[in-house]
Amino acid sequence: MTDLATTDSSGGDVRLTGISKTYGSFTAVQPLDLTVPAGSFFALLGASGCGKTTTLRMIAGLEEPTTGTVELAGKDVTALPPYKRPVNTVFQNYALFPHLDIYENVAFGLRRRGVRSVKKQVEEMLDLVQLGPLARRKPQQLSGGQQQRVAVARALINHPQVLLLDEPLGALDLKLRRQMQLELKRIQTEVGITFVHVTHDQEEAMTMADTVAVMNGGRVEQLGAPADLYENPGTTFVANFLGTSNLITAEIAETGGEHLLLTAGDAKLRLPAARCSASSARTGEKVLAGVRPEKVALAHADDAGSIPEGANRLPGRIKDASFIGVSTQYVIETPGAGELAVYEQNIERDGRLVPGAEVVLHWNPAHTFGLSADQDIAAGADVDEEAA
Amino acid sequence: MRWLRRNAVVIAGLLTLAYLILPNVIVMVFSFNKPNGRFNYEWQRFSTDAWSDPCGVADLCGSLGLSLQIAVWATIGATVLGTLIAFALARYRFRARSSVNTLIFLPMAMPEVVMAASLATLFLNMGIQFGFWTILIAHIMFCLSFVVTAVKARVMSMDPRLEQAAQDLYASPTQTFLKVTLPIAAPGIAAGALLSFALSFDDFIITNFNAGSTVTFPMFVWGSAQRGTPVQINVIGTAMFLIAVLCVLGGQLFTGRRKRS
Repeated sequence: MTDLATTDSSGGDVRLTGISKTYGSFTAVQPLDLTVPAGSFFALLGASGCGKTTTLRMIAGLEEPTTGTVELAGKDVTALPPYKRPVNTVFQNYALFPHLDIYENVAFGLRRRGVRSVKKQVEEMLDLVQLGPLARRKPQQLSGGQQQRVAVARALINHPQVLLLDEPLGALDLKLRRQMQLELKRIQTEVGITFVHVTHDQEEAMTMADTVAVMNGGRVEQLGAPADLYENPGTTFVANFLGTSNLITAEIAETGGEHLLLTAGDAKLRLPAARCSASSARTGEKVLAGVRPEKVALAHADDAGSIPEGANRLPGRIKDASFIGVSTQYVIETPGAGELAVYEQNIERDGRLVPGAEVVLHWNPAHTFGLSADQDIAAGADVDEEAA
Repeated sequence: MRWLRRNAVVIAGLLTLAYLILPNVIVMVFSFNKPNGRFNYEWQRFSTDAWSDPCGVADLCGSLGLSLQIAVWATIGATVLGTLIAFALARYRFRARSSVNTLIFLPMAMPEVVMAASLATLFLNMGIQFGFWTILIAHIMFCLSFVVTAVKARVMSMDPRLEQAAQDLYASPTQTFLKVTLPIAAPGIAAGALLSFALSFDDFIITNFNAGSTVTFPMFVWGSAQRGTPVQINVIGTAMFLIAVLCVLGGQLFTGRRKRS
């Protein structure tokens, strides 16, 4: 076990080159290139079956890639078995050893590497995750949150170059999950190890990660900082999977200048040319104009005159309104663009905005993004978030 | 009436327990008997003669030693082979897998006398001398099924991610097997071994067909029952029962203490 790559606390780059995985005729992961910078918190986000866990398992060495290579800190580890790679994994449902107590679970990695005196390190690690008094308990005597912390301690004590987390919070209830998200983020900042986190929960990915890679159908759809992905989705899948988007099929009426002029039904919309990701944008072609529901404002039809000049507007009728505390979520039926969602902050509530009321939707054209129209407009919208 | 209804479960439980234990109690009581004549079927008077001289009957302790020896070797053989087979059946998909599964199950389902007779025919045709080795081979054969069944159930219910976790934590395949797989499978293996020992020790039918002139303890009891039943048989029976009870109690005390600490 002496040939383990040196492990220091600064973490290492993970570089995947042309990596893919096929099972028989099924392709779990399409050839993909991915670089995770050292010390970053990286999230692989996607629905179940999108290949994110397979990608993680290829980094861990638990799955052999069909093609491509895995590099850790500049060293090719593709041919190394899992027990010779300087990475550790926090498994879904933790996979704690049921026949060992908490102390021995945490000490397992050190003992396998022939470390003699593990007592001090184990105790420090148990203190870090606040489980010192429970050291002699068996895993099945602990609650879900405590088991989760044992799993993290058991992996971190080895000071891996990369810590892999496979849906580590999936089995916890919502409140505990929020708490553990902050906890994991704190630990990551403290130890500076590269974290690669697999999750299907878009909110979890956005709160925790520096960089998020959205995966769909075995390929990475888009990669970037959470805010960037949210504001500038590149595909309909990303637009619908990360939060909610209103996507309106429109035709380009006029190009040139900073804005493209679009027509959707009778309405005219403006789209900043720089925010249109469609490959070609010529007059007469179709694009999808998108806007996030919280960026759209509602005005009662009687007040249409007070809408600022230059705003994008769409007339419609309120189909449904649900009050959820901080905001009210409306579904608006529009003649040209189908049903749209609008989230209004509950600051000054207009009593006339009830189902059936005629309204005008309006928003700053700068908040509009454009997507290529040759894709499924509903991709990623109906993905079951609870499926792991 | 109401009292009866409320305690019906307890009463039924106690009656069942009595039903199970009564024969053992009879054996125990009659081990202190001093019978007139050769048969130990009627209570005469209390005596510890048999307890102070358990080997007092010719060939009794010899047959007991042989039975213990066979039981130990059969247990070792069946446990090792059975564990290997169980892992193979639980872990790998190979062509003869389902036929092996059926084959393993057969000795448990088949009438013992049929298996005994066919084994005897086989040994005869092959010209093998009946004795210690034929008995041992026969015992390993039928004990195997029980070990495989017990261990397979345990291995199948084991989370495969535990072994992956071990590998992820720097354990080589050998270390993974010794430190994780084996300890987790241990209760199943132990159950299989205990069953093997008990089955081998008191098997009569198969042994009788394949023993030749060798006499094991069950065969000795059977043989002497035709001419008379020495009290020493009850002594040995009682001792075996008490040892088994002590083992179970000890085991429970041990696990109980481990859980508390």
